[in-house]
Amino acid sequence: MKRKVFFMMLLAAMTALCACTSGTNGGNNGSDKVYYGGNITIGITQDLDSLDPHKAVAAGTKEVLYNIFEGLIKVTKDGEFAPAVAESYTISEDGKEYDFVLRKNVRFHNGKTVTAEDVIYSLKRVAGMLETEEPDVSKIAAFSIISDITKTDNGVKVTLTEPNTELIGYFTSSIIPCDYADQATAPVGTGPFKFVSYSALQNIIVAKNEDYYIKGVPYLDQVTFKICANTDAAFMELMGGGIDILPYLTNDQANQLKGKMDVVDGTMNLVQALFLNNAVAPFDNLKVRQAICYAINRQEIINLVAGGKGVIIGTNMFPSFSKYYDETLVDAYPYNVDKAKELLKEAGYPDGFSFTITIPSNYEFHVRTGEVIVEQLKKVGIKAEIKLVEWASWISDVYVGRDYETTIIGLDSKMAPSDVLRFYPTTASKNFVNYFNNDFDALFEKAQKAVNEDEKAGYYKQLEKKLTEDAVSAYLQSPAQLVAINKDLGGYCFYPIYVQDMSTIYFKTEPPKQNDQ
Amino acid sequence: MNWYLKKLISFIITILSVAILSFVMFQVIPGNAAIARLGTEATPEAVEALNKEYGYDKSLPVRFVNWLGGAVRGDFGKSMRYETMTVAELIKGRLPVTLTLAGMSVILIILIAIPLGILTTRDPGGTADRITDGSMVAVMAIPSFVQGILITFVFGIVLKMFVPGGYVDPSKNLSGFIGFMLFPAISVALPKVAMTVRFMKTRVKAELGKDYVRTARAKGNTTRRVMWGHVFKNSLMPVITFVGLIVAEVMAGSIMIEQVFNLPGMGRLLVTSIANRDFNVVQAIVIYIATAVIFVNMIVDILYKIVDPRNIT
Repeated sequence: MKRKVFFMMLLAAMTALCACTSGTNGGNNGSDKVYYGGNITIGITQDLDSLDPHKAVAAGTKEVLYNIFEGLIKVTKDGEFAPAVAESYTISEDGKEYDFVLRKNVRFHNGKTVTAEDVIYSLKRVAGMLETEEPDVSKIAAFSIISDITKTDNGVKVTLTEPNTELIGYFTSSIIPCDYADQATAPVGTGPFKFVSYSALQNIIVAKNEDYYIKGVPYLDQVTFKICANTDAAFMELMGGGIDILPYLTNDQANQLKGKMDVVDGTMNLVQALFLNNAVAPFDNLKVRQAICYAINRQEIINLVAGGKGVIIGTNMFPSFSKYYDETLVDAYPYNVDKAKELLKEAGYPDGFSFTITIPSNYEFHVRTGEVIVEQLKKVGIKAEIKLVEWASWISDVYVGRDYETTIIGLDSKMAPSDVLRFYPTTASKNFVNYFNNDFDALFEKAQKAVNEDEKAGYYKQLEKKLTEDAVSAYLQSPAQLVAINKDLGGYCFYPIYVQDMSTIYFKTEPPKQNDQ
Repeated sequence: MNWYLKKLISFIITILSVAILSFVMFQVIPGNAAIARLGTEATPEAVEALNKEYGYDKSLPVRFVNWLGGAVRGDFGKSMRYETMTVAELIKGRLPVTLTLAGMSVILIILIAIPLGILTTRDPGGTADRITDGSMVAVMAIPSFVQGILITFVFGIVLKMFVPGGYVDPSKNLSGFIGFMLFPAISVALPKVAMTVRFMKTRVKAELGKDYVRTARAKGNTTRRVMWGHVFKNSLMPVITFVGLIVAEVMAGSIMIEQVFNLPGMGRLLVTSIANRDFNVVQAIVIYIATAVIFVNMIVDILYKIVDPRNIT
């Protein structure tokens, strides 16, 4: 095993760049030694739905495959776009042409150099532009406005039928070889780790890509993503030392780990809300919706459920998406029991009413949030009852079927503001809250087409304001994510998208010798 | 021969009813494989495309007949979630884990419960009896998955006798595999040990009151000889039936314990597949479990005849 020891200077520069966690309190960046090599295990609680990055749809799969695959560009931890397989890109003035210059000598894990043909194939595959349709490839709907993808002297050019400057966020879609048939069993990408093995219900193992185009990345030799039956089993394994990193801890679990492991927190970039079905009485009444917003004490929820970590929101946007985020909306409905009662009286419900909150039982965080909300609503005379459903039922009944009164969930999205707000246009298939507003639709279209960044941001802020004014749902928080990390490890990074980046992780002490494998 | 033919016919009818029941029940629960897989990316078009691939665009009876046609030939189709694997491949990989777990549990039950049942009746009300009684009530009252968690905590985290979730593949390290499986097997076995001990005790007590025991004693046999030579054999038969019945429960218990100990067995595959609405896998596992239970019951019937040839039913 090769081992190199790097000291302060180099690391200080690197950790400063990436501003990741490094130690017990995250404050001693740069004081760690960095050891190369070592094997670690990270716990995941969902099995992978596909190893083919274009077929994988589950968030839990994408966060693993992120280590094996890369797109033309990558999202940085600050939510910016950094070049990956592409070296640079330009978007034409009219927002209709995207020009990508490919990085030279990027190689797939099977040794082949990435060519423009591979890129064109990969993009066409997810855009549904290949001649042979594959029904299980998850198409990127936003790519439907692509009219052509062509090869240029040094890369590829994507031409659109209508201007859209936000499309860049979707070019994080994985680049795969064009003539490789075994993607679903032995995936090949360009990422910092290459695929070693996968066994269903057990694990997926990846190893260091020695050929990675960024020298010195990654640090670890091997990473095992251990598939655990559920969060409780995963936590037991963590306590027993079988797992080095476990994301998505509950606040109680984090407290139990004090002293034994490092627990770090970062933002999840989810919009957690009590979503209201606007088409169902009494939630079709604006005053009722507003009353609920006033009756919910969001800070208390964060304190009770998340140990005080998490950021209050007032609309469907993440605070970390600062350019597009209107922070003034947070105070639109401050906690006010009297006001809520008054609104209920005006709406014709002086004695309140009862309703159910449908929550997927696998998300303990949302369930506990629901319990707090039930108590809070009692104070204004509203009787809420929690109905726990299985995830597949939730998707089918609530999300697709829209057969529910209210629900609590966290919405995630890709790095484009239009994607964050994709749930609200009248015709959107994802409009599970049944929000129908023509003004919103018109503005949404304008926002997407706007080429000028400030103008665009302005439109999005207006859209957010509409959601708040109409009290479409009771927006709660952008939750914090708690991650347990072995004390010997450093370098864990939080991203504004759902990923577990293992390329930044390193050992702070000499990595232990592995006896098996 | 008639007896075997009758058994075979009832076997086929039972399996068929199980297949129809689980097929119908699967239609009743909300969601389907396509929706479960697509999650929040589920758009009507995507769902329709995937459903078509799974054959869900056909009517219910057609789907059942198609499925049955394949199943009869041993072809359970492809998994809807693990798209690159057939159901047979998936089950083949998980089956040894569950069989080992169930097998080890049954062996543990027999090894612990039967001697314990006899020993405690030798001195009714004595210290050994009282201790056993008390602890048996405790392990019977606590569900096996809770015991699994307790065992993980005590032996895994506090005493560090094994790494929680540190399952090792038998092909890589057989002794490590057996060593790890011992703990889930104990969790599955304990409540059943308690039940078997109690059952054994009542049987032995009943036998002890019988005339032949008095005769045996009168002939000058030692307590030990009376116990092992006479009473043991006579009280064994109902216990065989009992253990046979327990096998079904051991299988059910394994499903739960696999979740607790993170074992990649059939139980976890079943639970995962139900959550994923992976119909082909669920249906195949249900059939497997039903077959196993019926098969064990048949063996019990046969053992019955061996122990006491008068049992010709």
